[in-house]
Amino acid sequence: MSDEFEFEIKRKDGSGKTYFQKYNVPKDKVSTVLEGLLYIKENLDQTLSFRYSCRMEICGSCGMEIQGKPRMACSTIIEDLKSDKIRIEPLKHYKVIRDLVVDIDPFFDKYKEVKPYVIRDDDGKYDKELSQTPEQFHEYANYAMCIKCGLCMAACPIEGSDPSYLGPAPLAAAWRYIADNRDKGAKYRVEVVDGENGTARCHFAGECTEVCPKGVNPSFAIQKLRKTALKIELASIFGR
Amino acid sequence: MEKIKEDVIVLGGGMAGLRAAVAAAEYNKNISVGVVSKLYPLRSHSVSAEGGTSAVLNPKDSFDLHAYDTIKGSDYLADQDAVEEFVRLVPEQIYTTDHWGCPWSRNPDGTISQRDFGALSFPRATFAADKTGFHVMQTLFSRALRYENIHFYNEYFATSMFLDNGRMNSLTTINLRTGDFVVFQSKAFIFAAGGAGRLYQFSTYAHSVSGDGDAIAYRAGIPLKDMEFIQFHPTGLVPSGILITEGARADGGYLLNGENKRFMQAYAPNKLEKASRDVVSRAIMWEIEAGRGVKGEYGDMEYVWLDLRHMADVLDERLPMITEIAKKFNGIDAHTELIPVHPATHYTMGGIDSNVRTTTDYSGIFAAGENACVSIHGANRLGSNSTNECLALGNVAGVSAAKYAMEHDIPDLVVSNVENEEKRIWDDLLKRNGGENVAKIREDLRINMDKNVGIFRDENGLNTSLKNIKQLKERYNNISIQDKSSTFNMELEWALEVGFMLDIAEVITTGALLRKESRGAHYRKDYPNRDDENYLKHTIATYTKDGPRITYKPVVITKWQPTVRTY
Repeated sequence: MSDEFEFEIKRKDGSGKTYFQKYNVPKDKVSTVLEGLLYIKENLDQTLSFRYSCRMEICGSCGMEIQGKPRMACSTIIEDLKSDKIRIEPLKHYKVIRDLVVDIDPFFDKYKEVKPYVIRDDDGKYDKELSQTPEQFHEYANYAMCIKCGLCMAACPIEGSDPSYLGPAPLAAAWRYIADNRDKGAKYRVEVVDGENGTARCHFAGECTEVCPKGVNPSFAIQKLRKTALKIELASIFGR
Repeated sequence: MEKIKEDVIVLGGGMAGLRAAVAAAEYNKNISVGVVSKLYPLRSHSVSAEGGTSAVLNPKDSFDLHAYDTIKGSDYLADQDAVEEFVRLVPEQIYTTDHWGCPWSRNPDGTISQRDFGALSFPRATFAADKTGFHVMQTLFSRALRYENIHFYNEYFATSMFLDNGRMNSLTTINLRTGDFVVFQSKAFIFAAGGAGRLYQFSTYAHSVSGDGDAIAYRAGIPLKDMEFIQFHPTGLVPSGILITEGARADGGYLLNGENKRFMQAYAPNKLEKASRDVVSRAIMWEIEAGRGVKGEYGDMEYVWLDLRHMADVLDERLPMITEIAKKFNGIDAHTELIPVHPATHYTMGGIDSNVRTTTDYSGIFAAGENACVSIHGANRLGSNSTNECLALGNVAGVSAAKYAMEHDIPDLVVSNVENEEKRIWDDLLKRNGGENVAKIREDLRINMDKNVGIFRDENGLNTSLKNIKQLKERYNNISIQDKSSTFNMELEWALEVGFMLDIAEVITTGALLRKESRGAHYRKDYPNRDDENYLKHTIATYTKDGPRITYKPVVITKWQPTVRTY
């Protein structure tokens, strides 16, 4: 084993030209990929661009393809990759703005589309909580852990071929609110997710669930959404 | 130069900023609200808040008790009228966010649960497991998406704001994606851009927290208050600095020194590990100074242990995030192994001189959250009193700004200001070619702050710090910017941030040098006692070309006379 890592980073400069560039990073200076990138930026090449913020895998900034797989740079320990050569590219399925910075706006637009908030008809002054038992919380807890990093979108094969597909994170968010006992908005959300860009497109390949750094299971949420949509549809046909 | 007008502009998309934006947008749906942030809102540091948010919800608790704990915690530097008003504003915010979908942790009967926290005399920290900030932020961001009158300007880096006739005239920004210089104008303006903790090397803060909001206000002529008070959280994970929540100690975790002995008995015999953050942080540092730290596998930094092994059964339910963090970042199983911790910068008690109505001395300019100094935290903020401040005072700021906007117009733009600013960035800063590396200056600044303006301070160290900062400012004039691109130019962003940091470092150091006493988080080895006779007052720093001009302002005392503070 060498005493340096070789970072091979896909660049895209201001003129739109793309190319790979290699940097040597001393092993004792870094343990995570983000620390490696910061080392490069601070010491070797001031022109490298990437997003990062919390460095504790909660803010969702630093998603990128590392060794061909979508991961968070801040929580990827380089040693765990079992290689001295680290290949880093921008997340797939997003437009690249520069270097490792991608256009995340379409992701948040889709997120907004599923009405990701509690919908009730008693909005106003609040002087008491809405009852929710720990069991009721656990109904949606898994889906509430999503950090909006967008890794699942990069892993989803449907997203790659059809950008109009809502995608795993927004669909999981739709289910997160439907499964919340405080919410009364299922029928509005189902209208969106049951449409032609919604759950019907999913092939249950499960890649989304596999790459999620927070253990969220969008694949399962999509199955639940399909069942709920059917139930709501039947109820409207049979009048209840 | 692009110009954008909004009725209300909020600088910052974190917890205080989002709460303010929602409040303003709700108050009047015809008011347009712009949220200007150098990040996407959910990337703000607020998502990192872990342990809890204090609120009087239980009939056995009381507003007076919450106020008293806060004031005692502040080492009597908080304005007591502000604290009394503040604690009454909080409960409604907990219920509001609950109705909006925040998964506050529950009792089996479905009511909101509360946990103990450092220096509280009643367990009033409302929490969402140990992801309180994360869940509140998700709730607020999603809620904000309901309002078409809220417009997000994500990844717009603010470079300065200009006042004219005592009112906000313009906010200048760089659209990081395009490199365009964008000028914002508004009727009302809210500062909600967070703290300044990344002036230090070892820190629980996100990388992004570089004191921009404080520096922009300061340079515009708005005074900063009590900036010398920097909070160190006792338990930053070694070596990354990632926060290990106070909830861990509140739920029963112990601190052990290098001899594997608990040591808090000697420093806070009643509260032990649950004493206030300044007390616990100093205790750890005294242990390390006495040679009872741990010299381990994480470089030069000595540390102590956090022991959670005896509470393995509750870790997954109540402390899932720190359990996950210990595993992912250090390969440590908190159920069976000790966690290495060292005090890390965690909160900026000081900020824009403002009050509990979130107003400043400048008409139409409001401040909320960590960017503001109300002052409710005085010399040391209690754990669990930050997120509630963002919610309660963010709400006040939003409503106040909306009301103000309804009664005022947007002032005419003073074009010369923004033209000069445009020149400063593109014709001066970007073209500098003196050979100095911005990141190296930043690193040297952080080393200086850790060493000379840290938990322990004295006259020599503070004078050295001032000298160092002056030298760093000279080096800053000789930077080179390699990256000349207009698209996502992070090097230019770093350069602007480091400029802000140097100014704020100077304010912190100067305030600390002149405060010849020890109070809360400010501990002077050469003046180890609190001196109410001379220093029961707020430090006010006003910008001048030659450095900060320091004046003082009295502390408001209502019903709690300062007494000796022990835990």
